[in-house]
Amino acid sequence: MTRGMIELRDVTKTYRMGSVQVHALRGVSLTIDQGEMVAIMGPSGSGKSTLMNIIGCLDVPTSGEFILDGEDVGSLGDGRLAEIRNQKTGFVFQTYNLLPRLTARANVELPLLYGKYGNGRNRKRLAEQALERVGLGDRVTHRPPELSGGQQQRVGIARALVKNPSLLLADEPTGNLDSRSSEEIVALLQTLNEDEGLTIVVVTHERDIASSTRRVISTRDGMVVSDEPFTNQRRAVPSAVLSGEEQL
Amino acid sequence: MSPTTLLLTALSSLAVNKLRAGLTLLGIVIGISAVITLMAIGQGVQQSITSRIESLGTNLLFVRPGESNQRGVSGGQGSAATLTIEDAFALQDKIFAPSVAAVAPELSTTGQVVAGRTNTSTRVYGVTPEYLEARNFELSSGEFITPGHLETAAQVAVLGSEVAETLFGYREPLGQPVRVNGRQFEVIGVLESKGGSRFFSLDDQLLVPITTAHHRLSSSRTVQGGFNVQTINVQVADLERMDSAIREVATVLRLRHRITGDDDFSITSQQETIETLQETTGTFVVFLGAIAGISLLVGGIGIMNIMLVSVTERTREIGIRKAMGAKYRDILLQFVAEATLLSLGGGAIGVLLGLALSLSLNGRSLLGQPTQTAFDTEVALMALAVSAAIGLFFGIYPAMRAARLHPIEALRSE
Repeated sequence: MTRGMIELRDVTKTYRMGSVQVHALRGVSLTIDQGEMVAIMGPSGSGKSTLMNIIGCLDVPTSGEFILDGEDVGSLGDGRLAEIRNQKTGFVFQTYNLLPRLTARANVELPLLYGKYGNGRNRKRLAEQALERVGLGDRVTHRPPELSGGQQQRVGIARALVKNPSLLLADEPTGNLDSRSSEEIVALLQTLNEDEGLTIVVVTHERDIASSTRRVISTRDGMVVSDEPFTNQRRAVPSAVLSGEEQL
Repeated sequence: MSPTTLLLTALSSLAVNKLRAGLTLLGIVIGISAVITLMAIGQGVQQSITSRIESLGTNLLFVRPGESNQRGVSGGQGSAATLTIEDAFALQDKIFAPSVAAVAPELSTTGQVVAGRTNTSTRVYGVTPEYLEARNFELSSGEFITPGHLETAAQVAVLGSEVAETLFGYREPLGQPVRVNGRQFEVIGVLESKGGSRFFSLDDQLLVPITTAHHRLSSSRTVQGGFNVQTINVQVADLERMDSAIREVATVLRLRHRITGDDDFSITSQQETIETLQETTGTFVVFLGAIAGISLLVGGIGIMNIMLVSVTERTREIGIRKAMGAKYRDILLQFVAEATLLSLGGGAIGVLLGLALSLSLNGRSLLGQPTQTAFDTEVALMALAVSAAIGLFFGIYPAMRAARLHPIEALRSE
């Protein structure tokens, strides 16, 4: 068996909210291989975002092992974590998290400022290329408030892609978008996965997105309740997988 | 992050809130310009005092009597009547005192001077012809006291410019009679004005031959019945020989006064007077600077305050940057750069404003006193360094708070 790109073994995460301990993850084990496109689904509070933050190296597990690309991330310091975030993972947020006063290009350039990506001219070129990849080659000097939600999210994806990461993480990327924009974003992610072999993990509420992936991991109460390959037929989702969503 | 990128990022962040940045800057501008201006005024005062004293001649020694001591009660330095005119003549001896160029004893008393219907009270000095050169005075008209006047104890007077103006106004004083303490003198000369403040005027005096002063105006004598003088001005041949001149003068006087124990006279040099005064005014300058420094401190606290607000407001931005791979150091540097840019910018504007203020104050009358200012490049450079240091010092704490933020929590904030 090939070594997984992402390997979690019995990962737990406990937060302390005042005097209350919140067990966000209670022993999660999973492996995601290079080139996969995986959806993580589950109701609010099921721990999917926490799982995503740990995979994205924004947070570290309380216990258990997390190995990314052969590196034991759980034991790393803040500095190395920042480097991994900068070089290996691209993160796409539900709320885009763009800096409103910067142009699209400057926003995309942001991760390049914190790594070794050459001089200003080179960085601008890389940023413009990334914007072209997401179909925003004609919007480089626009600022986020001048762009539609879908366009802003595409800037967010360009920002995640600009440093050529080996892993793209998207936390509810279509949560704030209308259905047409959502479809465009999902199609974009699919293209990136199928044509460029980029490993993609998407956290989502929506079946449409889950259906476009090949594997769906469901979480509930901080644990993985199902992890099944998705059949290629749209909407033919096993009800067990989406049981959390049926309540909506 | 390269320094250029860092600088550009800091500049664009400050540009978002121009009014706020400007007001914060203003705190430093006021502080720095206050320091520069007050230091310039202080140093101007110092320089004008020093140059005024130097105008009296630099290679001068003053020999004064020691303190009188009657039944344990000290009369203070210069109160004893131990110096005589013979002491002064003895100091002119080229063999015992080769470093001495000229000796000018003086005998002073106050006098009521009357000319026609005007009168004034002034210091009256009994002097010798050497006085003019030793004290660096010039005559504006007439002649000075001659050896002939000394011999005959002639009743002639040379007026200080202020006295001449008070008594005669625009009239010609030469040849006019004046009465000093009831005795009639003829005005033979008027001194050139030396300028000076109202506390320290060299133009408010009247000079008469020392013999005349002794016989007609003052009756003070030494215990031995000698011809008493208050001060002997000793002009030294050149500045290098100051120390040997002091030794020679002391030796001559000790021999003449048959001193085995403590000296009954004191010798001070003009240089010492200048140094003492510079020390005093130096304290004054530092004091002014310190007061201005307080406003600088307040400006620094303003920077810290605004940086803390900025960190709170930009928590989300910090979260985004951290999620994109910014390290502790990157965030720290970004905020420190912003704070330093504010303080250094304020410092630069403050130096220019301080320069403009001190130039415009130069020569102006301030509180009735003519003010001189001396702008010092060294002070300006130091002010810039201090303002940069203030930015670092007051910026580092807010920057650390920003850099320590956890990316997840920072991203969650609105």
